[in-house]
Amino acid sequence: MGLEDLQHNFLTGRLEDLVKWARRSSVWPVTFGLACCAIEMMSVGAADYDISRFGMEVFRASPRQADLMIVAGRVSQKMAPVLRQVYDQMMEPKWVISMGVCASTGGMFNNYAIVQGVDQIVPVDVYAPGCPPNPETLLHAVLTLHEKIRTGEITRRRAGEAPSAEELAGWVPERPEAVRLGTPK
Amino acid sequence: MTDVAAVELPPAGVASAVSTAGQQVVFPDRARYHEVVAVYHDGGFELLSDLCVVDYLSHPGRSLPEGLAAERFELVTVLLSLSARRRVRVRVQVPEADPVVDSVFDLYPGAEAMEREAYDMFGVAFDGHPDLTRILMPDDWEGHPLRKDYGVGRVPVQFKEAPGPR
Amino acid sequence: MSDDLDELFVHETAERSQELASRAGTPLSELQREVGSVLRLPEGHHLDVADLDVERPDDETMIINMGPQHPSTHGVLRLMMELDGETVLRTKPIIGYLHTGMEKTGEELTYQQGATNVTRMDYLSPLNNELVFSLAIEALLGIELPPRAVWIRMLLSELQRVSSHLMWTATNGMDVGSTTMMIFGFREREMLLAFFEKTTGLRMNHNFIRPGGTAADLPDGWEDDIDLICENVTLRLGDYDELLTGQPIFRERMEGVGALSADEALALSATGPILRSTGIPWDLRRTMPYLAYDQVDFDVIIGTYGDNFDRYAIRLNEIRESLKIIRQVLEKMPSGDYRVQDKKVTPPPRARIDESMEALIHHFKVFTEGYKVPEGEVYVAVESPRGELGCYMVSDGTSKPYRMHIRAPSFVNLQSLPVMLRGGLMADAVATISSVDPVMGEVDR
Repeated sequence: MGLEDLQHNFLTGRLEDLVKWARRSSVWPVTFGLACCAIEMMSVGAADYDISRFGMEVFRASPRQADLMIVAGRVSQKMAPVLRQVYDQMMEPKWVISMGVCASTGGMFNNYAIVQGVDQIVPVDVYAPGCPPNPETLLHAVLTLHEKIRTGEITRRRAGEAPSAEELAGWVPERPEAVRLGTPK
Repeated sequence: MTDVAAVELPPAGVASAVSTAGQQVVFPDRARYHEVVAVYHDGGFELLSDLCVVDYLSHPGRSLPEGLAAERFELVTVLLSLSARRRVRVRVQVPEADPVVDSVFDLYPGAEAMEREAYDMFGVAFDGHPDLTRILMPDDWEGHPLRKDYGVGRVPVQFKEAPGPR
Repeated sequence: MSDDLDELFVHETAERSQELASRAGTPLSELQREVGSVLRLPEGHHLDVADLDVERPDDETMIINMGPQHPSTHGVLRLMMELDGETVLRTKPIIGYLHTGMEKTGEELTYQQGATNVTRMDYLSPLNNELVFSLAIEALLGIELPPRAVWIRMLLSELQRVSSHLMWTATNGMDVGSTTMMIFGFREREMLLAFFEKTTGLRMNHNFIRPGGTAADLPDGWEDDIDLICENVTLRLGDYDELLTGQPIFRERMEGVGALSADEALALSATGPILRSTGIPWDLRRTMPYLAYDQVDFDVIIGTYGDNFDRYAIRLNEIRESLKIIRQVLEKMPSGDYRVQDKKVTPPPRARIDESMEALIHHFKVFTEGYKVPEGEVYVAVESPRGELGCYMVSDGTSKPYRMHIRAPSFVNLQSLPVMLRGGLMADAVATISSVDPVMGEVDR
C-alpha cells in the first residue's frame, strides 16, 4: 500500500487527519457481551455513562457493520472458535478492547475452562482491567483507543504481518507512543 | 394421590438418616433407585429440585448408614414436595467400574439437563435418558472435569508460587 | 503460513452431537419429547409415529441457528430451531459457552474466599449467590447469626431483587422493541448500584455476604439513601406502567405467547416467576422461609395463563413487594453485630490487629489457611429473582469445600423453553427467551 511512504504535504496530511477523525468519531462496537462485564457495558450504553456522546451507542449485531469488538467477559473453551470467527468477519480497520480481567488474562479463573487471555485468540488494542471495570474505566479504555486511532498509523501493522526488507527499502515505520489520559506520571 | 404423610418413613428396606441441619436423607441401592424415586413422586413430591454427583475419590471415609458399601461416586437427588413444604435427599452409591444409573427422566422430565451435566462432568451415564451428550464442555472434550483425578488446569503465573493450593 | 495458522486457530465450533439434528437423524424418543410428551404418559398409551403428522417432512422445514453471539439471547445462549416458515417446531438450546469451571474452582478456594467465586454465577443478583453459599456453610458450622446480620442480608437480598427485575424489565422492553424502557430501567438501577457501591465497595460481584454475617456494617445515612430509592423507584414504576402495561402493541406481543401449564412447569422443574405465572403460589420466602422473611409482610404474586405477560406482570409487581419489604426492614432493623462473634470464623476488626497478637494470628489464619468446617453435607435453597437457587455443599473437615454444587434456576428453567416456543413465531421466540430470564453465568457456571 502506498500510504506509508507518502511524504505528507499539507493536503495529504490534512486528509489523513480527516480520515482518522472520521474513524475515531464513530467506532461502532459489535455486541460481544459474555458475562458480568456485559452488564457494565450495557450501563455504559445507558443514560448515566452515556457512550452516545462518542457516537458509539449503536451496538451492531452484525460483525460486518462493526469496527470495534469489546470482549466483555470470560471466554470459555467452547466460545473461543466463535470469538475468532466473529473477529474474522469484521471489516478492516477493526480494533479490540479486552474488557475486564477475565478477557485480559483469564482473571480469577485460572482453570481448564477459560482461555487465559483473549489475546491468545485475537490481537488486542486496549486492555481495561477491573472485575467488572467501572463504566468509567471502560470509557477511559474507549478514549485511549480514540487517542491511539488519532496518533497511530492509518494502515496499522500487527505483529507477524511485517513487510519484508525489500518492501521496506530502508524505511522505518514510526511507532505510536503509548498514550496516558489523565493518569499522573 | 397418596397422602404425603404416608411417605414420612422411606420405602421399606431403604436406609435413611437425618443429616446436618435436620434434613432427611435416604440411601437406596442403585437397583432400587428408580423405584424409590417413583414412590416419592407418587407420594406428593412434585418437583425435582436438584440432581448432582459427588466424587469421593479423595474422601473415602465418609459416614454412611450401616451395611452400605461406599463407592467412588454418589448420585444425589433432591426432591421437593410443594404441598408438604419438605425436601428429601436421595443418595445412591455408584461404583467406578460400572458408572451407570437409571434415569429419572420419565418421572421428572426436568432432570434431563441435570443428568446431562452429571454425565459431562463426572462420566456417570444414565440409562433411559433420551439424549445423553455433553452439555457444558465441547463435544470432543476428553475427560470429565469435575472428577477428583482431573486437574484444575491451572497455568503457572509469574510471581506466584508453584501451582498448588493458594 | 496459512497451514500453521489453521493448526493454531480452531475455526470450527465443535458441538456436533449437541446440536439439533434433522428429523430423519433424530430417534423417535427424542421426537416424542419435542411434541410435548413431557408429562408422564398414562400407562398403555404409546405415542404413535402417525401422531406426529403435525410435523412436516425434512425438506419442508429449515433448521436455523441463533447465537451464541446474538443481541437478544441474553448472553451466550445458542438456540437451534426447526422452522416451518415462521413457525417454530423444535428447539434445542445449546449451552456451555460460558462454562467457567466454578464448581471446580470452588473446591480450590477456602470457605472465606468462596464467595468471590460464587458471586459471579448469577451476575445480575450476585448477593443471592453469596447468600446461599454462606447459608450452606453456616448450616454445616451450626452457628447462628446475630439479628442485625440477618436483617442486613435481607435488605441487600431484596435490593438485589429490585435491581435484577429492573434490569429484566429493561432488557425485556428492548427485546420487544422499546429502547426507552432500556434507558429507564438502567436509570433506576444506577441508584441502586450507587447504594451498593457505598455499602459493599463494588457495583457488582460484591463479595459482601460472607459466612458469619456480612463483611461490614451498613454505612451512615443508609436510611436516607434507602428512603430515596424507595420513593424514586415507586414513582418510576408508574412510568413503566404507562409505557408498557397498557400499551396495545406490548400486550399483543406478550399475551398468549410462550404459555406454559402448571403441570408442565412442575414436570420441568421450573421455579420462580415461571412457576408462579402458571398459578402455583410457590415462593421460598413464604413457603420455606429463610433469614427473617417470616417476620415481614409481603404478597406472593401469581399469574393465571403462564404466558409472557403474566411473567412481566409478576416481575413488575415483585419490585413493588420488594420495596414493601425494604420499607419494613428500614423500620425494624435491629442494632447489634453485623457478624457472628466467633473468633474461628470471623476475622477480627482491622483496628484490633495492631493491638492484639491473638487478633493478628486469627486474622492470618482465617485469610491464609481458612477455618475448618465439620464434616457433613447440606442442601440449602433461597428464592433468587429467577427461581430456586440452591447450594449442595459437602465438607470433609478441611478448610475447603469438598464439593460445592449450585443448583442454578436458569439452568433448569431453560428446559421449559422448547415447550414454550413450540408452535409460536420466530419473533415470539425472542420475547419468550427474555421472559424466561436466563442468566448464562449461572446456566453454565
